[in-house]
Amino acid sequence: MVSGKRILTDFKVFSRGYLRNKFGLFFGLVFPVILILIFGAIFAGGSTGKVNIYAQNLDTGPFASPQLDIASTFLATLNDSSTITVITVNPSENFSKYLSDHSVSDGIVIPADFSANYLAGQHVNVTVYGNPTSSTSGIVSGTVGGYANGFNLNYFQTKYKDTTPAIISITPATVNTQQTKYIDFLIPGLIGFSILTSPMFSLVNISSEYKKTKLFKQLSLTPLTKMEWLASKMIWYIVLTIAGFLLMVGVGVLAFGAHVAITPWLIPFLILGPMLFAALGMLVGTVTKNPETAGVIGNIVTFPMMFLAGTFFPISSMPQYLQTFAHVLPLFYVTEGLNNAMVYGNISGTIIDIAVLGVITLVIFILAVKLFKWRED
Amino acid sequence: MLPIEVSGLKKHYGNLKAVDGISFTVNPGEVFGLLGPNGAGKTTTIEIMEGLRERDGGDVKVLGFDPWKNGYELHKKIGVIPQEFTFFEKTTPREAIIYYADLFNVKVNPDEILKEVLLEESAKVNFDSLSGGQKQKTGLALSLVNSPELLFLDEPTTGLDPNARRAIWEVIRGLKAKGKTIILTTHYLDEAQQLCDRVAIMDHGHIVAMGTTEEIIEQHGSGERLEIHGDEKLAEYLKANTDLQVEFNSARREIFITLRKKIDALAALAAAEQSGMEWGQIQTRQDSLDDVFVKLVTEPIGEQGEASTEEKTGKKRRR
Repeated sequence: MVSGKRILTDFKVFSRGYLRNKFGLFFGLVFPVILILIFGAIFAGGSTGKVNIYAQNLDTGPFASPQLDIASTFLATLNDSSTITVITVNPSENFSKYLSDHSVSDGIVIPADFSANYLAGQHVNVTVYGNPTSSTSGIVSGTVGGYANGFNLNYFQTKYKDTTPAIISITPATVNTQQTKYIDFLIPGLIGFSILTSPMFSLVNISSEYKKTKLFKQLSLTPLTKMEWLASKMIWYIVLTIAGFLLMVGVGVLAFGAHVAITPWLIPFLILGPMLFAALGMLVGTVTKNPETAGVIGNIVTFPMMFLAGTFFPISSMPQYLQTFAHVLPLFYVTEGLNNAMVYGNISGTIIDIAVLGVITLVIFILAVKLFKWRED
Repeated sequence: MLPIEVSGLKKHYGNLKAVDGISFTVNPGEVFGLLGPNGAGKTTTIEIMEGLRERDGGDVKVLGFDPWKNGYELHKKIGVIPQEFTFFEKTTPREAIIYYADLFNVKVNPDEILKEVLLEESAKVNFDSLSGGQKQKTGLALSLVNSPELLFLDEPTTGLDPNARRAIWEVIRGLKAKGKTIILTTHYLDEAQQLCDRVAIMDHGHIVAMGTTEEIIEQHGSGERLEIHGDEKLAEYLKANTDLQVEFNSARREIFITLRKKIDALAALAAAEQSGMEWGQIQTRQDSLDDVFVKLVTEPIGEQGEASTEEKTGKKRRR
């Protein structure tokens, strides 16, 4: 007979002990926030300041009037954008050597006769330098592309004396949106990360230690049942997960302006997730002989999920065989579900993830309770 | 109905017969000690009685319950301290008592229990900061929460310093005075002598002796003897010239004379004096529980007295 009063009694003692242990609290709440701050700063840093772009203007004229110096106008417009600051490089420099000498990758070269060709309606080519692995190159090419389109439209408007406003107007916002997507994705990923690590590591440790020190035997001599014991741990990790969730979303939104949706669809993940990994942790601690083996097995189970289940990197950026592998990791359904609910607003996908997660949780829970022994025979 | 009735109890782990058909009973209000070397089967026996292990054979009744089948009911009526008691690290003894009281659904005054186990001063210290003795006292305190009539204490003082041990003894004596029945395992023989009404000495899964410590010493000890430091010639002389039972220990150059009557000592000394040979220190002594224990639980010792012995009586005289 499961007693709510006993669960509450055990919950009180366990949560108080947890809060008194600075170490557990750090890994439960502070660490995921630190991760958000670090990863957010690394990948979303570009959106908070302007990117420097080195520009070499080979179109030196002479021009009959300043209005005809389209190249300078183009660079000035770029400089006025919210994402780019133009730094001029002398036309006599060897441009690619200049970039590498200054350890920078973002640059633009305006060819000679740019203005003349533009005004004559001839094709002109602007070379944009950039390092594809750098987060800034996306901003640069996006912004330059956007302004180039603007100039193209402007040309046609002027040429055909079309007085209607441009049908399509392009702003650098396109680049910004793409950039903030990483932090949007990072928040559900790291929430998944903390849903996995806190209960999992803690329960592997507790259940193997309690077995070794005979604390389980001690507890078996009280009316507390193993089901009640596990239930109180699960409730605690649900509470901790919700607290962590609020903290991480708060930091993500306030510090990095993340766009995530807070919907009731998140609730099943915040409940099922901690239940699943608490039960899985207890299962590992139960079936292993001693705390050392339990730690090793725990890591073998946890680490692939920590990195491959869509926590730090989107699954879609991984090779196909790893994407297939990710589908056997229980955490995958947590992070995918959180992404579906928070970022993509894909409710039918969310429901499927909840269903899969529910089945996995039930199976692991039953296994853990069945195999977990208070007493020995 | 006796609190504990065990008959023909058997438990094996693979090929190892940990407990091999032991039988005993414990009377109400009695402190009953299970003694034996490590691996004798004490903890297995006590854990079977507590309902923590399943037995392979025999009958066990604890307060009328089958401890394995009715463990859940039994546990409400017994108190237990397992070996090397541990608890949640960041919980204080006082909180632990309240936790147990809530689980057992009983009303207790935690401060009263803390006082009973002499733990008032550390009531608000986290378990991981307590000393070994205070940890054991916490265990004792918890075992009392459900006001059990029967207590199982598995090596309650192992690893504690002498003062802490004595403090635990005080608590146990207090519990005995309240009429609780207590089963105690220990490998400290002085502890058994201090606390237990009766003891059972276990070895290799068997009970090799049972009774009060005096009864065991009388049954299995050698009785009082006179020891004379001297050589083999003197031993031969005493053998030839008295009707006393004389043994010679060549390693210690010690002559042992069994004293059936006190007056035998005079006869032996008179004969020694008569021999005109050299002899040294003399003393009379009796087997202690330690001597008997060593005799019973290890291979028979060829040279008597090689085990560490405790001097009971000793009149030392130098000639």
